[in-house]
Order: sequence, then C-alpha cells, then structure tokens
Amino acid sequence: RARVNNALFARARAGTPEENDTTSPAAVAPELRKEIEAHMALYPDSRSAALPALEAAQRVHGWCSPEAIEQVASVMGVTPAYLAAVATFYDMLETEPVGKHSVYVCTNISCSLHGADALYEAVRDAADGDPEFNVRPFECLGACDIAPMASVDGVYVGPLTTEDVPRMLEDARAGRIVLPDKQLTTRGVADQHANSHELQEGTP
Amino acid sequence: MTEALLFKNIDEPGLSTLEVYAKRGGYESLRKALAMSPEAVLAELEASGLRGRGGAGFAMGKKVSFLPKGSIDKYLVCNADESEPGTFKDRELMQKSPHVLIEGIVIASYAAGATRSFIYIRGEYVHQADVLDAALVEAREAGYVGEDILGSGHSLSLVVHRGAGAYICGEETGLLDSLEGKRGNPRLKPPFPANQGLYQGPTLINNVETLATVPAIVAMGGERYAKLGTETSKGTKLVSVSGHVQRPGNYEIELGIPSREIVYGLAGGPPPGREVKCWFPGGSSAPVLTADDLDLPYDFDSLARAGSMLGSGAIIVVDDSTPIIDVALKVAKFYAHESCGKCTPCREGTNWTVKMLERIDSGEATPMDIEIMASVQEHIIGNCLCVLGDAMAMPIGSMIAKFRDEFEAHIEQARAHSGLGASPVAEGALV
Ligand SMILES: Cc1cc2nc3c(=O)[nH]c(=O)nc-3n(C[C@H](O)[C@H](O)[C@H](O)COP(=O)(O)O)c2cc1C
Ligand code: SF4
Ligand code: FES
Repeated sequence: RARVNNALFARARAGTPEENDTTSPAAVAPELRKEIEAHMALYPDSRSAALPALEAAQRVHGWCSPEAIEQVASVMGVTPAYLAAVATFYDMLETEPVGKHSVYVCTNISCSLHGADALYEAVRDAADGDPEFNVRPFECLGACDIAPMASVDGVYVGPLTTEDVPRMLEDARAGRIVLPDKQLTTRGVADQHANSHELQEGTP
Repeated sequence: MTEALLFKNIDEPGLSTLEVYAKRGGYESLRKALAMSPEAVLAELEASGLRGRGGAGFAMGKKVSFLPKGSIDKYLVCNADESEPGTFKDRELMQKSPHVLIEGIVIASYAAGATRSFIYIRGEYVHQADVLDAALVEAREAGYVGEDILGSGHSLSLVVHRGAGAYICGEETGLLDSLEGKRGNPRLKPPFPANQGLYQGPTLINNVETLATVPAIVAMGGERYAKLGTETSKGTKLVSVSGHVQRPGNYEIELGIPSREIVYGLAGGPPPGREVKCWFPGGSSAPVLTADDLDLPYDFDSLARAGSMLGSGAIIVVDDSTPIIDVALKVAKFYAHESCGKCTPCREGTNWTVKMLERIDSGEATPMDIEIMASVQEHIIGNCLCVLGDAMAMPIGSMIAKFRDEFEAHIEQARAHSGLGASPVAEGALV
C-alpha cells in the first residue's frame, strides 16, 4: 500500500543539523503550532495526535513535505522518520506534491457496476496536466447509494455521469459549491418507512 | 414491518441538533440509565441479545461484561471507520442523528465503567465528523458528556478522531494502533482489546450502529427488544443496498425477513429485464450467493449456514449483465491494495490472485490456473494475523466454486481473442 517516498525518508534520516534540530521549531506557523498542540492535549498519550497533526500540516503545506513533517515532529517531540513512516501508511496523507483540489473518484465494486471506471478516466483526462487537481481512483468511499460518485475536496457528489465532469472541476476551481444538485447531504433516506407517521401527521 | 428504531424520524429537519433530538425523547434513555446501577444497565444489554453490527456479530453485552471490574482506566472506542466496500449505513446515521450515537456511547461507558471515549471516524467522512463535533459541543454544554454527568458521579470524555484513509484501520486492533498515532497494523490476538486495548488498557470497541442501538434498548427494555428479530439474531438492522438495484440506499429491517424482500421489495431489484446473478450479503468480504439463495432469511445464522455472512449488513447486487471475472478482479484488487503487508499469505496471495485474474482476462491462462487460484485461496484462509486475507479468499473462492463454468468459458474466449487458441486442457492434452 505504501507509496514510499525515498527522498522524504532520506531527508528525514540525513538532513542538515538545522533540519534535524527538533528543539528549534521557530519555523512553525503559530496557528499550525496551536492546532497541533490542541490535538495533543486531547489524548492521554500525545502521540495519538499524529494523524490530525499531519493532516493539519498538510493543509498548510499542501502535502506532507519534509518541511511539514519536520514541523510536526518538532511540535510533537517525535522524530521526523517516525512521522514519515506513519504518513506513508495512509491514503489521504500525500507524500508527493499534489494539486490543491483533491478529486477522489470511487472505483470500487458498487460504483464500478455503475460505470465508475469510465468516470474516473473522464475526470483524469479532463484534469490532465492541470496542476490544480489531484485526481485519484479511490476505494469505496462509503456512498455506494449515489454510485458512481466522487469526493471533491471532501464533499461527496453523485450519481455522476461523464457529462458532469467539466462542471464539477470548474466548480472546484472557482471555489463554488460543487454540483449543488448532486450533493449527498441533500438526499433523503431511501427507507420510506423510516420517517414515521408522527412526522407526517405534523405533531410537534 | 415493526417500528423503525434507529431511523425513526431520520429525515426530520434539525434532528442533528440537540433541540430537535431532545423533543423526540433524546437523552431520556441516558437519564433512565443513570438512575439504574451500571450492572442493571449491563443486564438490559445482555437481555437484548444485541449482536455487534460491525462485522463479526459478537454479543455486545457479553463484550461489556469481559472488561475487568474496578477503578482502573477503561476506554470505549466507537468504530466509525466504515470502509467495508458496500457499507454506508453508519454514514447516514451519524450525519442525520449524531446525538443517538453520543447518547449510546455515554450509556455504554456507564455500563462498562469507561471514562475516556473516542469515535474513530474515517477521514473521508469530513461532513459527518463535522456534524459529530458540533453535536458533541451541544452535548457537553448540556452536561451529557464531561464531568459528573447529570449528577450521577459518572464522568466521560469524548473525542472525535479522524482517520486518514486505510481500510485495515476498521479492524479493531489496527484501529487501536492508528488511534495511538502509529501505522494501522493489526495486532496479534490475544490479548483481546477487552483486556489490553488502547494504551494497553481495557477497551470496549463497538461499531457505530451497535452503540446507537443502546438508547432504544434502554428505552424499551432488553426483553422487549429481544422480541424483535429471530431466536439468535435479535432486533432491527440497518442494511445498505447497492449495485444493480433500482432504489439503492439504507433500510432498517427486522432481522430474519426474507432477503428477497430487501433486494426486490425495498430496493426494487435489478433494472427491468435483468436478473440477479449474484449478491454479497454482507459487504465485499462475504462469499457471494446466487438468485437461488434469495429466499434465505436475512439474519446472522441463516447466512452463515448458507456459507456466507451477514457481516456489516451491506448487500451488493450484481445482475446478469456483468461478467463474474470483473467482479472478482475488483474485489481482489481492493484487498491487494489494502493488505498491510505484515503476513506473507495475505500480502503475496492477494497480489498473486490479482495477477492470475488478469491472466485469465487477457487470455494467457488455462483452466488449470483456476485450480491453482482456488488452492491459493484455501492457503490464505486461517493463516493470517487478521482476517483481511480471508476477506479476499472467501468471496473469490465462492465465485470460483459457483461460477466455474463461466471462468472456464472466459478463459477459452479470451485465448481465442488473444490469438493463443484453445487451451491444451480444453483440447484434452492435459486431462
Ligand atoms: C479487515 C477488517 C475490517 C473491518 N472494518 C470494520 C469497519 O470498517 N467498521 C466496523 O465497525 N468494524 C469493522 N471490522 C470489525 C472490527 O474488527 C470489530 O469486530 C468491530 O468494530 C466490533 O464492533 P461490533 O462488535 O459492534 O461489531 C473490521 C474487521 C476486519 C477484520
Ligand atoms: S492478514 Fe493482511 S492485512 Fe491482516 S495483518 Fe496480515 S498482512 Fe496485514
Ligand atoms: S463502491 Fe463507490 S462508494 Fe462504495
């Protein structure tokens, strides 16, 4: 699973003395430091904050760059190599530079039964060469009810057709709500029976 | 169908807020539970017969009772990783009714004597984690979470912890390592989490749906809850139906109803003119069943007797327009990608199965390869640290067993297509 970034490991192991100096975290942006420390305070063992801390640093740096990892390491008091090893385990932590808009297209079973592979190719081709986008085929995102679907900067949309792709990318680029008519959060539950008679009768 | 318990009023506007949830009787079960002794609450859970909704179906009350007694630090962890392909029930529940989960966690922590709790939610569920965080702020302000809850003397901290994308973190010990800030590699069991879990302390770990059912059990009483469902599969269950059905989505059913009623009655069955070819009754780790099995009662034991499992309650329907090889490849690729690599049979076996299926698809295989592939699956089962390897081997093995003719026909067609000609076996050379 791990897409090991050798450069990252090499740097973590054999950086310059300043880079390895975990006692001088001067370079860490104050908001990032505050956020990481807030996460650390939530756990009996502050090391538990590794994932939220890396996620926060990734938001600031765009990816888990050697700098990002060193900054987290300095605040958390662990080695950069430790965090680099953690980061490579998780699909959402980027160990290579990526575009700032993430588009995860689910290509797992239920979505693929509804044409997800063609959808993924359409998205990939439409964003080809555009440095703003990080398009990835993804495992089941837990929204097979709107298959085929994608998560655009963390927002779930579907069911998608290849015709939706240009508008989807444009919405993301412009910072607009992505495909407002296809947002998962606006959907009612499929179970007709779930919304009880009480509700329909309009009791308070 | 009986009354919905978990999905009752699920689409009521504002149900995710404390105001509306309280208007619907929210946190009344917590009050009731805190007025009882922890032992009495545990007795209700045991009487309910509630079995875990995350995959393994272990009795929840029994799991609580395994935790050591006394005043040592105990933890409760809610498994909201929901990454078994086909499963999306916890997502809808957390998004629309976050307080029912929080209420369930607080009651369960009281019964278990746990004072620190965590919801480990998959990182992809950004919106649902935000909803939970907002609900948690309200619950803390109202005194339902925190120090000395409602003057009972019971205290509980609760943190929503976001994962970062790794299926294996749904496995409970992988999850615990991940929650400790490590790579999410599964641990050797025993020791079980009930004895040595998070930070080596006794830990109760349950799925979202399991914990969210607790308030209903306390409200109606364990015995009444146990009247729902079948003898060994009590209560209601959320099922996620997807794939080739006309009305995909989540449904709350009483355990034991005919599977056909779910696939056709509720979800509308395959599109007109299509037939069910096979279906996964419990996520993509479950061995596939065929159209002949649709009259099976949908409950833990009936599905186990039929050689499959209820798993997470995710029904994936495949109709007769899809070649079985496509289904097998998707499933195998997923597990190959998600294998953490710690055990050889899993790491090598999943990768090797993918390569084998690709050979079949490209016309380089002979029917003998089906034999080999089937035996690889048998060698994976039971030989790994966690059950991820099995989770591939079981469905792939079932597809080979049930659709062998189609695999063989595919091999010959693909060979003809690729110009290799009929396989030696087909010509009788190797028979
Ligand atoms: C590979 C693998 C993945 C799993 N994924 C999940 C999951 O995403 N969600 C879940 O609740 N349980 C999952 N489980 C089951 C958990 O290990 C554990 O049994 C469950 O969280 C216990 O809760 P329950 O008794 O309430 O079901 C998984 C198990 C395995 C082996
Ligand atoms: S069975 Fe696979 S996923 Fe599980 S611990 Fe072994 S290698 Fe990792
Ligand atoms: S298979 Fe695509 S969201 Fe589940």
